[in-house]
Amino acid sequence: MAALNLFSLLNGLTFAALLFLVAAGFTLIFGLLRIVNLAHGAIYLAGGYMGYSAAVLSGSFALGVLGAMAGAAALGLVLDHGLLGFVRGFELRQVLLTLGVALVIDDLCLVTWGGDTLSVPIPPVLSGAAHFAGVYYPRFRLFVLALGVVVFCGLWLLLHRTRLGALIRAGVDDTETISAMGVDIQRIFLITFLLGAALAGLGGVVGGAFLTLYPGADSEILVFSLAVVVIGGRGSLAGAAVGALLVGLLNAIGQVMFPELDYFVIFGPMAAILAFRPLGLFGRAA
Amino acid sequence: MARLPAFLAGAAALVALPWVLPDYQLSLAVQVLVFALLGMSVDLLAGYAGRTSLGHGAIFGTATYVSLYCSATLHLSPWIGLLLGVAAAVLVALVFAALAVRTGGVYFLLLTLALGMVVWGVCLRWSSVTGGENGLRGGARPALIASGPALYWLVLAATVATAAGAWRLVRSPFGLALRGIRDSGLRMQSLGYGTTALLIAGFAGSGLIAGIGGGLYGMFNEFASPSTVALSTSVAGLLIAIIGGVGTLFGSFVGAGVLVILQNVVSEYTDRWQSVMGLMFIGLMIFAPTGLIGQLRRLRPRAAARKPLS
Amino acid sequence: MRRRDMIRLSAGTAAAALAAPAIVRAAPAPIRIGVLAPLTGVVAAGGKEMVQDFSWFWALHGNRAGARKVELLVEDDGSNPDTALAKARQLVEQSHVDMLVGDLLANTGLAVANYVKGTGTPYFIPIVAADNLTQRDRIPNVVRVAGYSASQTTHPFGAWAAQQGYKKIATISQDYTFGYEQCGGLAQTFTAAGGKITAQFWNPLNTADFSPYLGQLANAGVDAIFAMQTGADATRFIEQYASFGLKGKIPLLGSMNFTDQSVIRTMGPEVEGIVSAAQFAEGSANPTTQAYAAAHVKKFGTLPSLYGFAMYSAAMWIDEALPKIGDTVGNPKKLLAAVESTTLVGSPLGYPVTLDAYGNPIYTIFIRKVVKNPQGKWWNVPIHSYPHVSQFWTYNLAQYLKQPSYSRSFQGIAKT
Repeated sequence: MAALNLFSLLNGLTFAALLFLVAAGFTLIFGLLRIVNLAHGAIYLAGGYMGYSAAVLSGSFALGVLGAMAGAAALGLVLDHGLLGFVRGFELRQVLLTLGVALVIDDLCLVTWGGDTLSVPIPPVLSGAAHFAGVYYPRFRLFVLALGVVVFCGLWLLLHRTRLGALIRAGVDDTETISAMGVDIQRIFLITFLLGAALAGLGGVVGGAFLTLYPGADSEILVFSLAVVVIGGRGSLAGAAVGALLVGLLNAIGQVMFPELDYFVIFGPMAAILAFRPLGLFGRAA
Repeated sequence: MARLPAFLAGAAALVALPWVLPDYQLSLAVQVLVFALLGMSVDLLAGYAGRTSLGHGAIFGTATYVSLYCSATLHLSPWIGLLLGVAAAVLVALVFAALAVRTGGVYFLLLTLALGMVVWGVCLRWSSVTGGENGLRGGARPALIASGPALYWLVLAATVATAAGAWRLVRSPFGLALRGIRDSGLRMQSLGYGTTALLIAGFAGSGLIAGIGGGLYGMFNEFASPSTVALSTSVAGLLIAIIGGVGTLFGSFVGAGVLVILQNVVSEYTDRWQSVMGLMFIGLMIFAPTGLIGQLRRLRPRAAARKPLS
Repeated sequence: MRRRDMIRLSAGTAAAALAAPAIVRAAPAPIRIGVLAPLTGVVAAGGKEMVQDFSWFWALHGNRAGARKVELLVEDDGSNPDTALAKARQLVEQSHVDMLVGDLLANTGLAVANYVKGTGTPYFIPIVAADNLTQRDRIPNVVRVAGYSASQTTHPFGAWAAQQGYKKIATISQDYTFGYEQCGGLAQTFTAAGGKITAQFWNPLNTADFSPYLGQLANAGVDAIFAMQTGADATRFIEQYASFGLKGKIPLLGSMNFTDQSVIRTMGPEVEGIVSAAQFAEGSANPTTQAYAAAHVKKFGTLPSLYGFAMYSAAMWIDEALPKIGDTVGNPKKLLAAVESTTLVGSPLGYPVTLDAYGNPIYTIFIRKVVKNPQGKWWNVPIHSYPHVSQFWTYNLAQYLKQPSYSRSFQGIAKT
């Protein structure tokens, strides 16, 4: 029994780490730019596919990661500069536009990489199972957990120890004041969007290694990210972390204990939070 | 009054359709009508109460599931199944409403999305009742409307009646109050209107329309699966409302016509229908957020101004 | 083939016919075959094999069956029953096909079967294996041409598992008809021979993350695990089974599609040694099978998958049946009668295949193992065989039909 509990705990934590990678970018974009980027899942998938190709062609997982992040950031650039520019200021229109972009990106991925399921190749040092405390657990999933922690620390340092981070946090709180203070808010917006997209791409290539890449993976990760960000609170890094932990653990435990209520276990709390405390656990009113 | 002959000619054309169209195209017409109802249900809230929803596919599909369950599993009369399906849809709409009524804008969108996902999850995993991945099949079409034309006439009559009812509703004081909420909920509250109750009632009305559409869809398709309640159905409903023009109510007929026919035509030549849909969303948001009818309305005053002096 | 190309082809043929002398204008009408296959979704890899090998057969015969031209209209069913139903409707009502062939997942097949029940269109299902379509819910115009019923291959498998000395088995299966039936077939014969099914897990189609299940399976204290996964789910399960350290610790038994070529050919050592049961094994020593596999490798560079083989055999079957209807157009009953009375003589299996009285073929079922072939590719090699297996195994027909069909609640488990 103890082994099973450790298993479930690790399953939840490692999935939470992946969710955090994706949701962190989502929450930054949502928090600062006030955009619910429904194309975030599509950027995850497209980034993952690009990382897959880079990894397969170069034989290096590291290059795959770089390729994924760069490719995803490029997509983010096109989306933010090219398309969202037309609907600045119209919240709902932005959301629906990103929905359309998601459909297009998803379909283009289908054309480019086909309908088969693809696994990003794992470097030998990270493959196989680690043996500890009576369980065998995949090394790669443990790597993802570590990566999630590292990215959290990195983002925290960025947001709380750099000028850029201070500007982002200020912008999340009050965009108008910060631009009135003479800061080039558009540049901050762009950097944030690119960062968010790159994180999604990182999530894609890493997720593509242990969950595989396939058409439809984008909407799955998107709705999970939405749940994380809604529960954790818009624009909050801690919120994304806590939200990811909650969703990841609920998902792992829910699947074992209540398989019939699989999705309810996640979207139920999300709906409840939206209904009764829309700001989430760590969100602050604008 | 001067428009009456045109109106009658149009009505006659709609009724005469089964004699003009082959079977398959007639079934497309049925789908246009059914999905127009879905679009209308979204439009009622989005256009008149200012609340855009991404969960109406679940309400629509609930009616389909319940009516299929009644006829395929419980072996009740399909008419009873239809009624129960509509009732179930209104019930689900009320639950959505109770939770969503205090939010607006993007949060309302996300909440309805989440609630729709809950419904989808239940339909997918509660295999003993919903059939899970297999769905529910068969028996939902009453013998009376077994033929294509008969089904079409029933759907036409039901759609027209529902649309007429919706039209009366938005013209009524209730409809005006909804529009007041859309324009400024705060002002409405200060004027003494119970905005919560009004929104819940509006949601119920929207659920009724979606439920009728879903029940009729069950009669047409005789099949319900998790795809029927999935996010993609909600997205389609929203797109239909937007294409026609949010706040025009009848624009949903245009929207549904465009979507169903375009999908059929495009799918004959390419597999890239999803990209076309995505591009439509993008194009509409950038160039025509008021939809096709909205654009036409904007053109008309100019046309009127250009009329030569008689 | 694109619809547009189809039209051009027909238009071109029509124009040529009009321009030619009267003799040519009397050429028989073409046979239009609507092919439904999942080209996207969880079983996209299998769907592609289906279309590839079905088209290959007709191409080898100049796209003709006797004097009649064969036209293929291919539609993607998206691994989704709703889509399958819509496409079936389109093919029958708009494109007026003479027959529908294909579909892969049982739920898509059931949806389309329910539809053709009303239209009477012949629907040939070489891969859709939902038991009841040829048992309790028999639909006269639905025939398993070169196909199989789901429990047909696992009935002998359960008996074999008991013979290996396994006492306790846990199953993990996709949560739909084919899964219930493959598991049920195994469970029934395994428990009848004294074995126990200690736990059964059901995952939704398109499960990306098997970790919750693998934890429980590792702790289930079983002698073997039976995994019923198709398509991408099979790929992911096999990968994760190995990465969680279960490979080599607990023997893995798979469903017939679990170790299909479309799954294993791009994978690594994690697939080695998995045992499954099916009527086809691309590593079979039978000379006809080997010739077929070699021709496939020559043409496509890949070993044939079960899906491709089934569709190829179906095309062969239709080809052997069509001369019986001559130039008749639009007579579905005649077409069905012709197909049902045909014995597939040239099957790649190397023996003649006949249909039983319920429209389901009778086969030799192989218990197969995944090993490397001399060229270094993975393939399934028979290690045991059960000849002359029908969909009813060794059961008395009337007795078997009295028991309910396999479902989540009924798995045929013997009462102790």
